[in-house]
This record gives sequence, C-alpha cells and structure tokens, in this order.
Amino acid sequence: MDGIHDLGGMHGFGRIDPETDEPRFHAEWERRMFGLMMAAFATGIFNVDEFRHAIECMAPAEYLTTSYYEHWLHSLEQVMLEKGEISRAELELSWSKAAEGLA
Amino acid sequence: MLEKGLVEADTLDAIVDLYEHNIGPKNGARVVARAWCNHDYKKRLLSNATAAIAELGYAGSQGEDMVVVENTSEVHNLLVCTLCSCYPWPVLGLPPAWYKAAPYRARAVAEPRAVLAEFGVYISEDVEVRVWDSTAELRYMVLPQRPSGTGELNEEQLAALVSRDSMIGTALVKAG
Repeated sequence: MDGIHDLGGMHGFGRIDPETDEPRFHAEWERRMFGLMMAAFATGIFNVDEFRHAIECMAPAEYLTTSYYEHWLHSLEQVMLEKGEISRAELELSWSKAAEGLA
Repeated sequence: MLEKGLVEADTLDAIVDLYEHNIGPKNGARVVARAWCNHDYKKRLLSNATAAIAELGYAGSQGEDMVVVENTSEVHNLLVCTLCSCYPWPVLGLPPAWYKAAPYRARAVAEPRAVLAEFGVYISEDVEVRVWDSTAELRYMVLPQRPSGTGELNEEQLAALVSRDSMIGTALVKAG
C-alpha cells in the first residue's frame, strides 16, 4: 500500500532527536492506550494486520501531525467500528465524556 | 471498551506492568552476552534466533519471528521500520520515541552513515553498513561486537555493558 506511512527515503523531516532518560510512557493516557490495545488484541476481535492497515488508511495530514499512540487510538476506534463492536454514537459519547473530563 | 466489558481494567494494568518492569533491553543484553561467551549458542542464535532467544525464556508478541544480524569488522548493521515502528519487544522492550518518529524512519534507509553520525557512531568507509527494514512479521536484533579488553568479564558483567542502542545498531558497545 502506497501511503504516507511509507516514509523510507523521504526528505524534509529534520534531525533525529533522542531524549535523555526517556520514560517508557510520556503520559498516563499513553500507558492506558498501550494496555487497552494489548487487551483488545487478546480478545481476538481483530489482528495486527487489521490494526496496521487502519493506521495506513489515516489521512496523510492527520498521520503526520499525530503521535504513535494517537495512531493506535485511531486504529482501535476504526477497527472496533468496522467490526460492529462499538457504534458511531457510542464513540461520539465517549469523545464528549473525554472532552468534559478535560474541561 | 471497559464499560462494554470487552476488556478488564485488571488485565490492562497487568499488561502495562509487564512492559514497564519485566520486558526491556536487559533481556536482549543477556542474549548478546551469552552469544559472546558461548560459541555454540552464538551459532544457534544466528541460524535460528527465535529458538535461541527462547532458550533464555524470552518470547512473545513482536518476537515470533526473530533474525539476529552480527556486527563484525567488515559489516555494521542498523535496524529500522520505515512503514510503522516494528521492534523486537521480547528482547528490547518498547521502542524509544525517536525510533517511531518520521526523521529516523525516513533517513535510516537513505543515509545510514549520516544517521549513525548523529548518534556519534562513525563507521569507517571500508566497513559495509547494512540496513534492515522490518517486514510485517520479521523482527531483527543486532549482535554487537564484543569490545576488546573484556576477556576477564563474566556473562553478567558483559550484559551490563550492552545498551539498547547497540542492539538497534545506533551505538557500539564500549568496555566499562
């Protein structure tokens, strides 16, 4: 699949920027996202190829401006929608709850 | 998903705890040290890495199909995943942010020597640099060169010298 995720050889992304004493997770939500995804894999509802494909289908601008674990969140939402495990309405409800939590 | 009962909070916590505390580059370092100390183990590691790594008890997600590539005085190996961020979790843990970010993924295959120089690794022109780009299934690990002056060290002391980056290929192992 020829998409924005195929970064090999592209120019213009600048220098590599290793962190000193990088933490395993950079925020609590990343830790939670990791656990959620691993547990979701364990359910057998979807496999790693479906997970990866959903990331590869992200819009290029969104792909490049979001982080690794945001890609995971996007993918989890998409595969769960496609599999009928969650509905669009349920997803929107959880988004609004999350927004309230931030307010 | 928690509300719908698809997954359980305890399961999430247990999984995260495992990757925060038990699975990391110390695993890979033990594999490297064993290979440095035991010639037969090294042969097994280079011919069937998944099985040899499992001998030390390391296996699982993102390490089902492992290949170990050896650094020598003629060849320096470097790992990347240009398409996503594939990484051998059972031996190295979760990848650092720079490994997952666009600059490394874009540049490692196009200008590996320049990338290595940014990490402070300067590879002589007469040494071949091989870049290994992960596929959907294969996961690579570098077997770094054992530094000179470490003949007296035991396996555990050797393992302590082996950094995460040396098993990605963006560092060399230094003696003490």
